[in-house]
Amino acid sequence: MMSKIVRTITNILYSFILIFGFYIIMHGHLTPGGGFQGGAVVASGIALVLIAYGYDTVNEWIKKSRLSVLESVGALAFIGIAFLGIGTTFFYNFLANAGGLFGDPTVIGINLGNLNTSGVLPLMNWAVGLKVLAGLGSIVLLMAYGIRGGDK
Amino acid sequence: MRRSIALAALLIVSGFFLLSAFEMRDFGAPVCEDMDQYIIDYAQKEASANNVVTSVVFDYRGFDTLGEATVLFTAAVAVSVVFRRLIK
Amino acid sequence: MIGNLPYAACAALIILGIYALMFKRNLIKIVIGLNLIECGVNLFLITLGYKSGSVAPIYTMAEKKEMVLPTPQALTLTSIVIGLATTALILSFAVLIYKHYNTVDASKVRRLRG
Repeated sequence: MMSKIVRTITNILYSFILIFGFYIIMHGHLTPGGGFQGGAVVASGIALVLIAYGYDTVNEWIKKSRLSVLESVGALAFIGIAFLGIGTTFFYNFLANAGGLFGDPTVIGINLGNLNTSGVLPLMNWAVGLKVLAGLGSIVLLMAYGIRGGDK
Repeated sequence: MRRSIALAALLIVSGFFLLSAFEMRDFGAPVCEDMDQYIIDYAQKEASANNVVTSVVFDYRGFDTLGEATVLFTAAVAVSVVFRRLIK
Repeated sequence: MIGNLPYAACAALIILGIYALMFKRNLIKIVIGLNLIECGVNLFLITLGYKSGSVAPIYTMAEKKEMVLPTPQALTLTSIVIGLATTALILSFAVLIYKHYNTVDASKVRRLRG
């Protein structure tokens, strides 16, 4: 557990890091970023809280079993969305230019960006972002558990 | 004695690396770019995404992303195997 | 010849990584050397796909229509994630060696010999 200055700054900064990471995941098909980059930013926010508060306090807020359930949900959602377009081929983008959810056609050329476009890509971005967040957070938590001796 | 042999080997390998770096093709003129030109021209029509790199990662080459997700899952499982406690 | 300087920078990163891998005895410095080699290889993959006078391959508020090649950037994403998995596992092994032998000097952990 670090000093009072570090804990106060972590309390203020943690929500901004979380919102920035989810913004990068959400707008992956319009601006640079995507699932992997946004998941790494959110996992670094978890590492910041772990350093400022110590392992014993954080272990009561974030349980390791719930992180592993989140990672499995992300992996199964990714494979499930890939299988849904099996009528034409594996990994087919069946929602693009179709008019339903995320189905608007894009204006060809340099444009300003519409959030409702590009089919199956935002759903895959969310699935991969959840998987990377849970995987990296669980690696950092396990290393902190292994360093302090484990069975105290 | 062993340190001087290791230092000589490192100098030979670094000579190979620097020689091949200065004898490569010119920086800024890729040789074969037909596939990438097709992807840049048709990414907004077929995948309807503004970000061409994301459409390559998830739409044109989605199978590589499946392999990468498996590697990440294996890393998390392997770290949890290293740090488990044996139940006595 | 002076235009090939990005390739020489990647070669310099790889050579520094090999030096740290061969000549240092602390386990954490060996892990840093391995990570330096992997960073040099990723930078080399990205500099292979550059075209003169082009911008990043994003259509949202772009400046012109000539863009760099997007395929090496997608392959570098995969390579970065694989490097992260390797570094996490080798650091866990370093922590385990410290708890067992109580030292991080690589020339003192030889209790299997003789």
